[in-house]
Amino acid sequence: MSTDLIELCAKDLACERGGRLVFSGLNFAVSSGEALVVTGRNGAGKSTLLRLIAGLLRKSAGELDLTGGAAGADEATVAEQSHYLGHLDAVKPALSVGENLRFWTTYLGAPRGAPIRPALEAIDLAQLSDLPAAYLSAGQRRRLSIARLVAVPRPLWLLDEPTSALDTQSQSRLAELMRNHRAGGGMIVAAAHGPIGLDDSRELKLDAQAGAGS
Amino acid sequence: MNPFLALIGRDMRLAIRVGGGALMGALFYFTVVAMTPFAIGPDLNLLARIGPAILWLGALLASLLALDRLFATDHEDGSLDLLMMGTMPLELAVAAKAIAHWLTTALPLIVITPVLGLMLNVEMSAMGWVALTLLAGTPALTFIGLIGAALAVTLRRGGLLLAVLVLPLTVPVLIFGVAAANAAIIGPAPFGPPFTILCALSLASLVLGPVAAAAALRQGLE
Repeated sequence: MSTDLIELCAKDLACERGGRLVFSGLNFAVSSGEALVVTGRNGAGKSTLLRLIAGLLRKSAGELDLTGGAAGADEATVAEQSHYLGHLDAVKPALSVGENLRFWTTYLGAPRGAPIRPALEAIDLAQLSDLPAAYLSAGQRRRLSIARLVAVPRPLWLLDEPTSALDTQSQSRLAELMRNHRAGGGMIVAAAHGPIGLDDSRELKLDAQAGAGS
Repeated sequence: MNPFLALIGRDMRLAIRVGGGALMGALFYFTVVAMTPFAIGPDLNLLARIGPAILWLGALLASLLALDRLFATDHEDGSLDLLMMGTMPLELAVAAKAIAHWLTTALPLIVITPVLGLMLNVEMSAMGWVALTLLAGTPALTFIGLIGAALAVTLRRGGLLLAVLVLPLTVPVLIFGVAAANAAIIGPAPFGPPFTILCALSLASLVLGPVAAAAALRQGLE
């Protein structure tokens, strides 16, 4: 990953869903090595914000930009430079653990011939590589989905309650991966209710915004 | 391997594995065609005359059979979100899925077509021509169906809606497909004109289908 300074900057961001204003006037900036934790009660728009940054929802007003980074990154959209870890794991039960990960690494644009083994080892799944994903537990599926973030280098990680279904050991693994990612110049925007193992992160509270919207 | 081929490979693998539904189209097609002689009766001349129409109808319905699950499964397990975040344009991703679908459902159906001629009293040599019209026409069915599949992605029971949306659009394909097949078997009309129009329909839907389907997907996830 490039160590150049990258910055995700949101100005006056607003999102409307189903005719209801979820949030508006949202301002924040995250740059290389930083982490932003989005908090707020249920329905405050945490997931909506992450999906909006990931390009899966359309913003109704405001600006969202990812500047700096590797050469040519300016032409790439925010979505192409970010990883989205949502509530669903995007794991196909009929494929093996290795096949699942290999597909996503190729599809999400990893360099040609990049090995997937290190990513599986990073999250303790290497010995299950040939097992059909149908036999995985919820936590193991989650870890397989996290392996994707490690296998394909992308500067921005969007994590929606990343620790759900993970045991304590895997949680500390994830915390270590997030530390490494930030040390390498990456950024993290996470939605969480409790601590997820991010040191010195900043907090973005969505409650007030939701109140203003309704 | 590039993302486009990787997606085709994954979808074909999923279709072939347990619960995938590859060959289901071919099996359905076989059933429809095999049952027809029992319904029509032993009038060999009649069977030979309507044979191409039966084959084309069977192919049309078979290619719609698994289409409603094309994006629905990816939507349900979250894969669709990630497919939209790839480095490749969504239009290409959608086209890759359609190609994989065609290879696993339509191609087996075309392969067994010459054998089915026996059931309908159509000559073996003529069945080659019918298979050729199917080869030229079924991509149009898949790529037109793709639009319906993308529109119905968020609906639990999208199958019926898909049929209502897509079937009217496939009427031209059916008309020219059967016309070309009849021209090849019975004559006297020339084979060329309907066959070239059939090819044109396929090529046009090859271009328009993915663009429309990608737009529908973007709209549907709002």
